[in-house]
Amino acid sequence: MARKPVKKKAPVKSTGHSWDGIEELDTPMPRWWVWTFYLTIIWGIGYLIAMPAIPLVHGATPGLLGKSSRADVAAEIAAVKAKNAPLDEKINGMELSKIASDPEVGAYAINGGHAVFQTFCIQCHGSGAEGNKGFPNLLDDDWLWGGTIDDIYTTVKHGIRSEDDDDTRLSDMPVFGDDYLSDEEIASAAQFVLSLSNRQTDPALAEAGAVVFEDNCAACHGEDAKGGREVGAPNLTDNIWLYGGDLATITETITNSRHGVMPAWSVDGKLSEAQIRQVAVYVHELGGGE
Amino acid sequence: MWNGIKVVVLGLVVLGAALAANYGHDLAYQVSAVIVAAAAALWFIHEIKHIGDKPQPAPKGYMDDVVRAGTIATIFWGITGFTVGVWIAFELAFPTINFGDIFGPYLNFGRIRPLHTSAVIFAFGGNGLIATSFYVVQRTNAARLFGGKLAWFVFWGYQLFIVLAAVGYVLGSTQSREYAEPEWFVDIWLTIVWVAYLVVFLGTIFKRKEPHIYVANWFYLAFIVTIAMLHIFNNLAVPASFLGSKSFSLFSGVQDAMTQWWYGHNAVGFFLTAGFLGMMYYFVPKQANRPVYSYKLSIVHFWALIFLYIWAGPHHLHYTALPDWAQTLGMVMSVILWMPSWGGMINGLMTLSGAWDKLRTDPVLRMMAVSIGFYGMSTFEGPMMAIKAVNSLSHYTDWTIGHVHSGALGWNGMITFGALYYMTPRLWKREALYSTKLVSYHFWLATIGIVLYASSMWVSGIMEGLMWREVDAQGFLVNSFADTVAAKFPMYFTRATGGTLYLTGALIMAYNLRMTMLGAGNAVTKAVPAE
Repeated sequence: MARKPVKKKAPVKSTGHSWDGIEELDTPMPRWWVWTFYLTIIWGIGYLIAMPAIPLVHGATPGLLGKSSRADVAAEIAAVKAKNAPLDEKINGMELSKIASDPEVGAYAINGGHAVFQTFCIQCHGSGAEGNKGFPNLLDDDWLWGGTIDDIYTTVKHGIRSEDDDDTRLSDMPVFGDDYLSDEEIASAAQFVLSLSNRQTDPALAEAGAVVFEDNCAACHGEDAKGGREVGAPNLTDNIWLYGGDLATITETITNSRHGVMPAWSVDGKLSEAQIRQVAVYVHELGGGE
Repeated sequence: MWNGIKVVVLGLVVLGAALAANYGHDLAYQVSAVIVAAAAALWFIHEIKHIGDKPQPAPKGYMDDVVRAGTIATIFWGITGFTVGVWIAFELAFPTINFGDIFGPYLNFGRIRPLHTSAVIFAFGGNGLIATSFYVVQRTNAARLFGGKLAWFVFWGYQLFIVLAAVGYVLGSTQSREYAEPEWFVDIWLTIVWVAYLVVFLGTIFKRKEPHIYVANWFYLAFIVTIAMLHIFNNLAVPASFLGSKSFSLFSGVQDAMTQWWYGHNAVGFFLTAGFLGMMYYFVPKQANRPVYSYKLSIVHFWALIFLYIWAGPHHLHYTALPDWAQTLGMVMSVILWMPSWGGMINGLMTLSGAWDKLRTDPVLRMMAVSIGFYGMSTFEGPMMAIKAVNSLSHYTDWTIGHVHSGALGWNGMITFGALYYMTPRLWKREALYSTKLVSYHFWLATIGIVLYASSMWVSGIMEGLMWREVDAQGFLVNSFADTVAAKFPMYFTRATGGTLYLTGALIMAYNLRMTMLGAGNAVTKAVPAE
């Protein structure tokens, strides 16, 4: 069979102008280009009719489908809330210590607590709850204000040294550098604190520091320096440090005090009661809960 | 007489700026005032030196000295902008290299990032556009630049704008409007320079000796006119004091956001698309030595592009406080914009028909062809990302960054490199480029760099979007923001590597062009017979 003769297109002519040697051909626009362009326009008109599109005096045309992104989001949030409402009610009505062991509510509390923690807590406490300088590690069993579920709940709810909540946890370590103690006394007290966690010290200074400690620190940190949770005083013998345990940092802490702050999460509806309970359970279950 | 007035005015500017430097309320303002005083003083000295000169006969031929200066500025700012880009890319992967402990806030990502975007878009891209437009408008209209020394005012005025903007960013003065960060006094200065630019360009077209205006000039003109309009409306602001850099926008809330993105998207549309299409329409047919594919297509896609682009801004504000109807319009216009954008790609690529074999031997043409390819890819990706369903995944993620850079590195960068390779031997009257092989190295380094950059950002962006929207059975979010940041590290590192390759290629180009200017290697100077 003979092959069809190939139709050779006539070469396209130029428009006739030349600019600095550049000519333009009079090629027609590619058909597929024109048709795709038309199709997008037709689709566009259809979309404008279906969706809110044309602004008028008292609002825009609503569109045949009556779509509204605000209404969509509101409906989605309402659906999730409605679905979780019975669980929220249960969690709010339960004794805190019973939540974790309840198969249904427990799992809900852990998931919700995780979400709350990821959103509001990790900025200070770290994405793995491992803590940062000035913000305690929540994984270990060393607690400043107590590690029972009720303690944790109270801390989250009312915060620490929060100005917005009268029930906040308050403790006020004096600024000892401010006329309370001389530089020598602070130096010796710091040496004594070092010795509490069995680190190398200047024995003579440490001995003098023991007296300073007895007179000034033991009231909160205890005779044995193991701390006191009712005033949020840390245990000084376990070598776990909130701000650092080297001599310079300890001296700085004694001289100027610290006064870290945690928000009271119940104030102004920052977190709902159910969310506070969830995150308390979550933190309690991280490993260090008592 | 006229020169006398000029000297007096310049003297007053020096004095005024010095007073402003003394009484200014903030560091950025004071340093800016010192720079303005220094610039005016230099100009003052220059005028004094020439005040007694006899009037010169009007020069003939094309005014190419200002284009040569623009070529050098483009290379210089390109290297600067790419270097800062690579630096902040590494900052994202390794935040400690902002050296906050040593230098304070000056190298923070937040301050250096606008330095990068402005350096590449306005300093590199802007100088490239001004230089090539001055080159093209003279040749396609067979006329010398209009306005005599006004073109030099545009050049130096624009450099002053860049320096003032950069100083402001680093010292912490910013309007916080994306791609329009400079404060009010820098904006006013740019307006003056831009009007001068329009006068030079339009004046040259008015005195043309060709019967018709070549398509490249339509695009350049659309770019100049629209940028002027966008710049003025977006920067309507009230200064808190004339002796300080802080100002407050005339708009507020969602209107302010909409004005910002109306400007922001059309900076992409008219600066990075229309302007660079002007570049393409001259340098591609010249380098390929082929006629433009279709005159009709150039008309239709030009007007369609101009009409549609201006509406597309709201797609930057999907699912925000912006009313639904504006979002709908933004999305629809963006999707319809797909074909008008592709018209430029078709015209560019099809201009190569009959010259495809040259792609094997001519790396400059190859660079231009690839740039058109990237243009086509990002102008498909853009409309796709403007679709609300896609946008709900891609918005706020690195996908956007990848999209922008495949357009900026691929399209704007490569077409500018092509134009620089074309112009430099001609502007310095050399036979050829110093080395074609080095162009080839540049081409491959840049291409691989872009591929690494864009693909890592796609992966990173889609991963981010999926992680952000992941919820468990009870509707709780699974991942925190910090989780996504941690997960992005390998992609951040790959991106920085890609940027490093791209920068290396640009450094090779700078060396190659420098040697070409000096007349070394292949670029031997033509022997001129002694008369």
